Amino acid sequence: MNLSRRDLLQAAFASGLSFALPGLDLRAAETRGDERQKSLIVIWLGGGASQLETWDPHPGTKIGGPTKSIKTKLPGLEIADLYPRVAEHIHELNVIRSLVSKEGDHERGTYLLKTGYRPDPTLIHPSLGAIASHELPNDKLEIPAHISLLGGQFPARGGFLGEIFDAFKIYDPSNGIRNLKARVGDARQQKRLAGLDIVTKSFQTGRRVQVENTLHQLTVERALRMMTSEQLKAFEIDQESQAIRDAYGDTQFGRGCLAARRLVETGVRAVEVTLMGWDTHANNFEGHKTQAKELDPALAALVHDLKQRDLLASTLVLCIGEFGRTPKINGLDGRDHWPRGFSCLVGGGGLRSGVVLGETDTEPLIEQDANKSTAMPHDPIEVPDLFATILRQLGVEFDKEVLTPIGRPMKFSSGKPIERLIAST
Amino acid sequence: MIPETPQGVEWYQVADASLAGRMRHAPATKGSPMRWNLLLPGAVLLAVICLVSFVTHQPLKGVATEESARPTADIDESVQKVNLFFARRWAGEDLQSAKQTDELTVLRRITLALMGTVPSLEEIRAFEQDRGPDRVPRWTARFLHDRRYAEYFAERLARGFVGVEGGQFIVYRRDRFLNWLSDQLETNRPYPELVREMIGGNGLWTDEPEVNFVMAGYDDGEGFNENKLAGRAVRAFLGQRIDCAQCHDHPFDHWKQNEFAGLAAHFGQLKLSPVGVREDRDLKFEVEDRNSLEKKVVEPAVPFGEKWEPTEGTRRERLAAWVTHPENRRLERAIVNRVWGLLFGRSWIEPVDDLPDPSGDEIAGPKVDGAKHPKTMKPGEQDLLDVLGADFREHGYDLRRLIEVIVASKPFLLESKSDVDDASRLDRMKEHFAIFPLTRLRPEQIIGALLQASSLTTIDQNSHLISRLIKLTRSNDFVKEYGDLGENELEDRAGTIPQALLRMNGNLVSETIDAKPFTASGRISQMAPDDTKRLELCYLVCLTRRPTPEESAYFLPVLEENRPQRRGLVVEDLYWTLFNSPEFAWNH
Repeated sequence: MNLSRRDLLQAAFASGLSFALPGLDLRAAETRGDERQKSLIVIWLGGGASQLETWDPHPGTKIGGPTKSIKTKLPGLEIADLYPRVAEHIHELNVIRSLVSKEGDHERGTYLLKTGYRPDPTLIHPSLGAIASHELPNDKLEIPAHISLLGGQFPARGGFLGEIFDAFKIYDPSNGIRNLKARVGDARQQKRLAGLDIVTKSFQTGRRVQVENTLHQLTVERALRMMTSEQLKAFEIDQESQAIRDAYGDTQFGRGCLAARRLVETGVRAVEVTLMGWDTHANNFEGHKTQAKELDPALAALVHDLKQRDLLASTLVLCIGEFGRTPKINGLDGRDHWPRGFSCLVGGGGLRSGVVLGETDTEPLIEQDANKSTAMPHDPIEVPDLFATILRQLGVEFDKEVLTPIGRPMKFSSGKPIERLIAST
Repeated sequence: MIPETPQGVEWYQVADASLAGRMRHAPATKGSPMRWNLLLPGAVLLAVICLVSFVTHQPLKGVATEESARPTADIDESVQKVNLFFARRWAGEDLQSAKQTDELTVLRRITLALMGTVPSLEEIRAFEQDRGPDRVPRWTARFLHDRRYAEYFAERLARGFVGVEGGQFIVYRRDRFLNWLSDQLETNRPYPELVREMIGGNGLWTDEPEVNFVMAGYDDGEGFNENKLAGRAVRAFLGQRIDCAQCHDHPFDHWKQNEFAGLAAHFGQLKLSPVGVREDRDLKFEVEDRNSLEKKVVEPAVPFGEKWEPTEGTRRERLAAWVTHPENRRLERAIVNRVWGLLFGRSWIEPVDDLPDPSGDEIAGPKVDGAKHPKTMKPGEQDLLDVLGADFREHGYDLRRLIEVIVASKPFLLESKSDVDDASRLDRMKEHFAIFPLTRLRPEQIIGALLQASSLTTIDQNSHLISRLIKLTRSNDFVKEYGDLGENELEDRAGTIPQALLRMNGNLVSETIDAKPFTASGRISQMAPDDTKRLELCYLVCLTRRPTPEESAYFLPVLEENRPQRRGLVVEDLYWTLFNSPEFAWNH
């Protein structure tokens, strides 16, 4: 019934998955340019960053607050002055300033901005990273293809593609990964596994197909491969030079972004790095100042580093959160949830660069209830269109219809690619 | 943990003696003459003993005895009806059912489904020594009278009724709701009474825990969400996902947007007051028209079976009466499908809460052209849900009895293996329950089984406080790390890598297999008389079966070559191996 599971099995067996798999082909990690399969890094701004304090400032207006703007490397583009280092590299990316959605609640907004679909009580849609790792398998990879760093409340899920496509959650890589070390020495571990073979075999008697469908053995084998994999070195950011580590910033988030680059370099398909703390209903401006101290160096270093290593053309970078924040400044000097005209950065992976889409008013119709507001930015961009763009650029057939477990056909994305972001070939 | 060994009997044979003792009425203690100067210290001592035993054994209620837990008397005819349905179905589908499985496997299925754990060695011994007739039905009844059933099953049902979210603690108490539901299951109240109280109840969520059903649809900023409540009620109690009809017409069945609004209007007079939930008859339920953006008042209405809705009572009482009307067969079909799902790990119709319309013009709902549910029955055709549903209704909506009937019917007793090796034929056997389905154990079942396997005696409300405390505090963390399935826990799932890592290398597993003097592995390694017994005990405790000859042939030499100093380590290794086998982590 569950097609994706069977597909996966076939893929797994076709690729001859076994303990005897050769180690990582190091040259594969060194492939660059067009030959290199695309990867995705999502910088998730959990809580909803203010567009006005990031990529769409309106200084000197009623809604702008105290935030000032600075010039960037991209002529004509100004961003909030909290991001001097991003300003140096933002021309490598594109800016969308007119994202619109109808979801003003954290959980629902996160669902939409991670899957491209509004929540539906009858099924769970897969996130971008799950689709990418499902559609673009990498059989040389011994660690999970879809990884979530630094958590957050709603990590990316596999949805109807199956839990095996859920992001593998690692809270802080510098603390090591949970449950990754065998509890006993090699000799005993081998005995335990040899015994496991015997017990598994007797359970398989008369249940060959059923046991295969459980993926039990596949997951155990993958877990074992991961436990001893050389590729785990991707998490060891202390292998990097001090200069590089300094550039990303000595913060948990900075280390997460650096790990993301190393993971992508190793062949991981999709990495999500979360920075929480953007839900500034009070003290918005102070809050965003603090946040920027982490985001500015890490994001700038990531883009620069990817570019330096010739990885940016094969790595799509998306910096986004569940919504923006109200133009109106509330009584607590805060901004509330605002899904009608917010910003994101997207680029790399062979997309065009330096494109700025959409525009918000300096004095939009401000109503008390953000969800009922009729304010609309100029040139509104719908979330599904952004998702179709990203999937297409990764090399995924974005409008492919797959059957969900209850037999409902569902496209990976319901949107249309934004042609203005796609480089002409 | 293990009682003192009577002379001439090996310790591993007597675990059942304590259970047998527990099952008999304890003889009244005779008072003996006592001097006054001993009476006061004696009384103090007695009081202390009583208090300590009260604290460590609380709650004392809920321990089933054979006398109090007799199987329901007249289920044979019902079981035959179910068996007849399957005999016809399998013949019609040209399917040969799998063979009947052994009773220990059935015992494991029952304890996993009803209490979320594997049977203890104590229970296995007592079960095997029970030579009386109808062993499985009697043991089923006993577990159904165990408080562990009430609590575990309440959690499972609650996921369908109110979901898993803790919600806003100040106005919503899921824990109270769970306690209430456990109590209802323990006293085995007729199911429609529970539904009526959940939908129609008034009062404070702390005093009247059933109102947490409506409080789950309350949001601080926006008040009661009538749409969410209507969607939840129809989905949980009538087995139809009309939530989609809130925005568009339902893809499979005939539900239309305006019918949804009529249902939601039944929750339109809900009001939160200082005395909790109540109805305010002056409130109007308004809906915004999608096209004209005008607000219009919607009166309560039901999409079919109008005559079942009384004209008296509050709106919610009227809705509750309509939902639970004996002719509204969706109610019985939905709960039967859900209970079937909880027993097998897979519901009869999937997903568990999106059933096709029942056959028959009377109740089919409004006639609209459109796609139909793939499993819609033809007029006059009886589905399993109709057979079991009617039986459930005719026997007083008795949940305990429903479970007994399903457990005694043929599909529950089939093997999960078969000679058939063809995937598509196996799929069809699985679809028609001609083979017992393999389903992934829920995290609660995994941890229940892990902890139970680390003890030789039964971990229940009579266990030592520390065992229960471990179970309570460790469960939540483990469930979270293993991946809580939320309310859609009956979906078909495969294993994941974090789960494999957690089972192989996690703290809890490592601690439970540690061969210490008081753990099961420790006791087995030190006290079993020989390796054959040692191996058998590990298998019984972890997998509820004995080793096959091939397994013995492999493991006995492994056990033997390491005696005796390293015996503990070898048993630990064996425990690890058994815990990590697919057989342990999957219901079969």
